[in-house]
Amino acid sequence: MDFASFLIQTLNSLQYGLLLFLVASGLTLVFGIMGIINLAHGSFYMIGAYLAFVLASLTGNLFAAIALGIPLALLFGAFLEWALFSHLYKRDHLEQVLLTYGLILIFEEVRSLLVGDEVHGVDIPAVFSASIQLSEVLSYPVYRLVISAVCIVLAVALYFVIQRTRLGMMIRAGNHDRVMVEALGININMIYRVVFALGVALAALAGMLAAPISSVFPNMGSHVLIISFVIVVIGGIGSVWGALVAALVIGFADTFGKVLVPELSGMVVYLVMAAVLLWRPEGIFKKG
Amino acid sequence: MSNMLLEAKELHTYYGASHILHGIDFHIRQGEGIALMGRNGMGKTTLIKSMLGIVRPRHGRILVRGDDFTRAPTYRTVQRGIAYVPEGRGIFPNLSVRENLQMAARAGVDGQREWTFDRVMATFPRLGERINNGGWQLSGGEQQMLTIGRALMTNPDLLILDEATEGLAPLIALEIWRIVKEIRKTGIATMIVDKNHSAVTSICDRAMILVKGEVVFDGSSEQVREDPGLIQKHLGV
Ligand SMILES: Nc1ncnc2c1ncn2[C@@H]1O[C@H](COP(=O)(O)OP(=O)(O)O)[C@@H](O)[C@H]1O
Ligand SMILES: [Mg+2]
Repeated sequence: MDFASFLIQTLNSLQYGLLLFLVASGLTLVFGIMGIINLAHGSFYMIGAYLAFVLASLTGNLFAAIALGIPLALLFGAFLEWALFSHLYKRDHLEQVLLTYGLILIFEEVRSLLVGDEVHGVDIPAVFSASIQLSEVLSYPVYRLVISAVCIVLAVALYFVIQRTRLGMMIRAGNHDRVMVEALGININMIYRVVFALGVALAALAGMLAAPISSVFPNMGSHVLIISFVIVVIGGIGSVWGALVAALVIGFADTFGKVLVPELSGMVVYLVMAAVLLWRPEGIFKKG
Repeated sequence: MSNMLLEAKELHTYYGASHILHGIDFHIRQGEGIALMGRNGMGKTTLIKSMLGIVRPRHGRILVRGDDFTRAPTYRTVQRGIAYVPEGRGIFPNLSVRENLQMAARAGVDGQREWTFDRVMATFPRLGERINNGGWQLSGGEQQMLTIGRALMTNPDLLILDEATEGLAPLIALEIWRIVKEIRKTGIATMIVDKNHSAVTSICDRAMILVKGEVVFDGSSEQVREDPGLIQKHLGV
């Protein structure tokens, strides 16, 4: 592999890993803090991508679509938490899996009714449509760099919120002992709602950002869901930093796996997971 | 306006099929100190949790400052000026000492903010030395100081201490009692559960004894102190 293609694969790994982090961070928070296994989390990625497609067609601009899509996703997340997920906290995992699997079917059916089953493309905004020439034959699209940059900014923002704000302290405290948090006069249910809505919005944003490069198609959330669960397990349930590290590991393993050992490409991610779990059964970072 | 802070009327609480509280009446006024006494398993913790809505009583009513809070969520009940230091402490080990305090900070019911971060630091100098440590790094005594300090950060009118000195070395327990006395002097009402009968009865003016989920005595602490028979009968082991 020459240097230019190595650089491209590295950038691709970063971009893919960071995008996965957006999806997995919400999944790990909801799993770790509220104890909910949410199989429908991948659907939020799908919904985000379709929102980008529909809103970009209406407004003619992906940025406008994202600016509209994020508040919609937050509202949708808060509504879902209020209407459905808040009733699941005390239920066992089987019931959670049943409800959230049912949600996947509902979301896909609604998607099919509203937008149809065709594959759609979304245009890269003109300002970012250029490519950077890396060698005579190889170039790298600016838009992918933009995705990585946005994800990095969001990861830093998430770090700030969780580590430096009172909301973050309450979230972490709730991760350890929700009854005690409430006994201090804090409305823990409202905090759960905020965390859930945030998770939905991050996953939807990942779908919106990915729409121009992956295109938009039915069931596009299912692969992302599985990989996100792999990341949550590798990173340690409930650990956002674990999810970041694990998402990058998976981004590199998947991208380089496809190039270096194409025969095993589909398996590399799972081999990495098995190796990490043999080394650390609780994941890289423990809950917290 | 009466100065009643917290009342329970005819409380019956169950854990599944086991009937734990049998019609308990309880009340505490502004500034009052109550020692809640009784042997292990008599329902002291259950009474506290029932009044705060952490455990839901099956019958009876709970009033906070005269208003009905029987079905209120816990956070609403305690927002009316109640701070709870639970049995087993309940600090957040995954937060630093500073964060444990900051996350709980709020103004009191009348907007009072006497208990600032600095004042809590002045009251518990040992916490100052540990301020950036994780909660999990604290000794038992330090953890207890942190839970009490955290409770004060909510500027409460009523402080509930459930077995605050449990498992602490005698000198540390003494230090805790000294601080609780200081807190009492500021006019905060306190409800204290503790195995050390002489300490609680000297800090509190009133005492209440529970036996198997029923109130068998409700009177002055003096009476309890001066009646060895009472202690022997209901509290001795
Ligand atoms: N979560 C629970 N589930 C079932 N029984 C409980 C539970 N908590 C306490 N009990 C029982 O309720 C009774 C009263 O307990 P508790 O209120 O903790 O007593 P105390 O604080 O006076 O020692 C005891 O018999 C105890 O075993
Ligand atoms: Mg107890």
